[in-house]
Amino acid sequence: MAHDHHDNEHHIIPLGTYFKVLGALLVLTVLTVAASRFDFGSFNTIINIGIASIKASLVLAIFMHLKYDDRLYLVLILTSVFFLIVMYFFSVLDLFTRISQGPIL
Amino acid sequence: MASSDPNKNYLNEKSGLMSWLTTLDHKRIGVMYMIAVMFFFLCGGIFAMLLRTELIHAGPTIMNSQQYNQVMTLHGAIMVFMVIIPGIPAFMGNFFLPMQIGAKDVAFPKLNLISWYCLIIGAIVVVASLFYHGVDTGWTFYTPYSIKTMNGTTLVVAGAFIIGFSSILTGLNFVATVHKLRAPGMSFFRMPLFVWALYSTAILQVLATPVLGITLLLLVFERTMGIGIFDPEMGGDPVLFQHFFWFYSHPAVYIMILPAMGVVSELMATFCRKPVFGYKAVAFSSIGIAAVSFFVWGHHMFVSGQSEVAGILFSFITMLVGVPTAIKCFNWVATMYKASIRFDSPFLFALGFLFLFTIGGVTGIMLATIGFDVHVHDTYFVVAHFHYVMVGGTLMAIMGGFYYWLPKMFGRMYNEFWARVTFVLIFVGFNVTFFPQFILGTMGMPRRYFDYLPEYQPLNTISSIGAYTIGTGFLIALFVILHCIFKGEKAPDNPWGARTLEWQTKSPPPHENFYQQPVVTGGPYEYR
Amino acid sequence: MSTANVSHSSSGEYHHHTAHHFENAEAEYNASKFGVWLFLCTEILMFGGLFVGYIIYHQRYPEIFHTGAKFLDWRLGATNTVVLLISSLTMALSIYYAQVNNKKMVLVNLYVTLACAFVFLGIKWIEWSHKIHEGLLPGRLFHYDGPEAAVKDLPMYFGFYFGMTGLHASHVICGMALIVWLIVRAHKGHFGKNYWTPLECVGLFWHLVDLIWIYLFPLLYLIG
Repeated sequence: MAHDHHDNEHHIIPLGTYFKVLGALLVLTVLTVAASRFDFGSFNTIINIGIASIKASLVLAIFMHLKYDDRLYLVLILTSVFFLIVMYFFSVLDLFTRISQGPIL
Repeated sequence: MASSDPNKNYLNEKSGLMSWLTTLDHKRIGVMYMIAVMFFFLCGGIFAMLLRTELIHAGPTIMNSQQYNQVMTLHGAIMVFMVIIPGIPAFMGNFFLPMQIGAKDVAFPKLNLISWYCLIIGAIVVVASLFYHGVDTGWTFYTPYSIKTMNGTTLVVAGAFIIGFSSILTGLNFVATVHKLRAPGMSFFRMPLFVWALYSTAILQVLATPVLGITLLLLVFERTMGIGIFDPEMGGDPVLFQHFFWFYSHPAVYIMILPAMGVVSELMATFCRKPVFGYKAVAFSSIGIAAVSFFVWGHHMFVSGQSEVAGILFSFITMLVGVPTAIKCFNWVATMYKASIRFDSPFLFALGFLFLFTIGGVTGIMLATIGFDVHVHDTYFVVAHFHYVMVGGTLMAIMGGFYYWLPKMFGRMYNEFWARVTFVLIFVGFNVTFFPQFILGTMGMPRRYFDYLPEYQPLNTISSIGAYTIGTGFLIALFVILHCIFKGEKAPDNPWGARTLEWQTKSPPPHENFYQQPVVTGGPYEYR
Repeated sequence: MSTANVSHSSSGEYHHHTAHHFENAEAEYNASKFGVWLFLCTEILMFGGLFVGYIIYHQRYPEIFHTGAKFLDWRLGATNTVVLLISSLTMALSIYYAQVNNKKMVLVNLYVTLACAFVFLGIKWIEWSHKIHEGLLPGRLFHYDGPEAAVKDLPMYFGFYFGMTGLHASHVICGMALIVWLIVRAHKGHFGKNYWTPLECVGLFWHLVDLIWIYLFPLLYLIG
């Protein structure tokens, strides 16, 4: 039972795609630095994390092959991020709604 | 491939200590976990006996308050991290998960061995704390006290961190095994319910334990460098520690109970000679419990300073988790209806589970009610609740599963009479120990206290007598198990007439579990 | 990620033996990948916990975090970001070249990845030694005496800074050790179009290290 895999339809991402993605990532890095020069008020963090998330999605989809892989892996990642959000949400809910000496945040 | 010599099995395939310490066989690793967990249970149990002896009378009996706090902490830390969490998954799960799905091993055997070593090394680090003045914070390590107290705390926390890897790696292995190594024909809905339970547990182990990891790491940094994240003197919030800690530790209690429920499902099917009623409902309820468990952690924090709004939300969601749990209990009872039941010891323990876990679970719902919880938080009511679910629940299931699977693991039968004796002693002893504690809690006796007021004396004495009874029961059980392993009568391959795959091969199983790849054509509980 | 029995056929080519409990090599490859993705989830939750703590305190004490961030040089951070992005590319390329049986380019890309990692750590070392020298340390160890020290509880920022970058750097170091292992195996000709599982697994881990930095950079450096 020891035959190796061979003819599999393993998807090979073309070289060009890899370099284009790097290009996009570098552009987004410039963008995020540029955006930090302006003050968008309370949107600052969201913009920061937003651009970072676009970069992260590119790395996940292409470099890590997620776009072409079993959907289960994407489910795993989204589930992990989801529970992090749960952790954040309920903790902050607590902090925001304490009334002892006025709101803490 | 596999040796088809019928005299060879996983136990005698290779000999010598090194062949065990470097094994990649999931069955041998399961046995090594069995030995480790039994040893840790003995240690945690001795600490429990010391505690109950101290509490048999008010005032100092055999130790002072400082020692009491240390014994109490270690009892909790050892039982939680080294007995109940690994108890079923790492021991019985490792042994039987691959067999129940018709596989030859887990997905990553080397990782499996590494996770055993993580448990052992972590345990050594925890014990080392005893040589550095120990730790007295309780197993929950609440800040700011845990930041400032004695030197041994850093070691226990570091040990728990290492043990956490054992849990994570086991969980990772099981998720991969269930997804990738099922035998031909073994669809998800033909898997035994024990496997569903282990799978749900494994998801919790993978997702929740890392948060404990970072929490403990931050606590160590806090103690060594004073980074200030949990220390109010430096801008930190001690309640945030509790949020971080319980984000893991609540799912952790479901890591403790889900596998036990899986064992009970197996025992119900086998000893009722009937498929478990509502298979899909029971399977989905395992997943449901695992999912909901992430949203309820604040019910440990109702009086911590957490806001009322958060408390109400957590309280409501906690009550929801009772629904899938109750579904299981009702389905088990329905399984027994009109069944031909054999009351062998494993089944007695399953019945014991049903009764005791129901009490534990219902008192959990009581604690979920904020109005009630504010009165009994940090009293013996809570202590009674969690012992009902963890001992009355998980430990009963461990005993039932142990007796059930002993003949398969070692090819030998245990002594049924003495096994029943252990059941009676454990069941009766347990109730005598812990039921009075519900009453003590509502009377107002605080937990983790070295001393108490005279009005609590009679119930405490009764509780301690119960503890000696249960201790005796477990000691006899140890002898029953050891006698079985070394001197028990040879057992047939399938003494219970069970239907799941592990019973369709020899006892003890051969190295590769099956002589031929099983092909599955039906469900796991097809009794005629 | 099995390094099970290796053998060489008579032509000297490497032949990877699938572990006994897998039906075939394809099953082993898929299981290994799945295992690594599960491990990545645990890393996301561990680092994520730290990030959650950071975000909560940032919202609670904006002054501490804005002041602390002033001590960071965004140019060094941006350089490190670029370095890691390039290393992610070369790591992915090493897999591409294995898939097309180009051993030489596999090695070139692995070496470049390793070099990038060294550069990253070098820049990190420069940043850290500057802070240590100035006394900008976490908690109790803080002994900076410039005007910014007037901000109450400023040391907390450096607790997060060193905690987050330190935990990240420890993962970079582990990644480097794994890449060295890959280089040794690649030299021996273990990887080709029939077998590149270890490259895939380490690659996924390395990309995670990059992902974490993608978030760390804006959160620590660009909020000032």
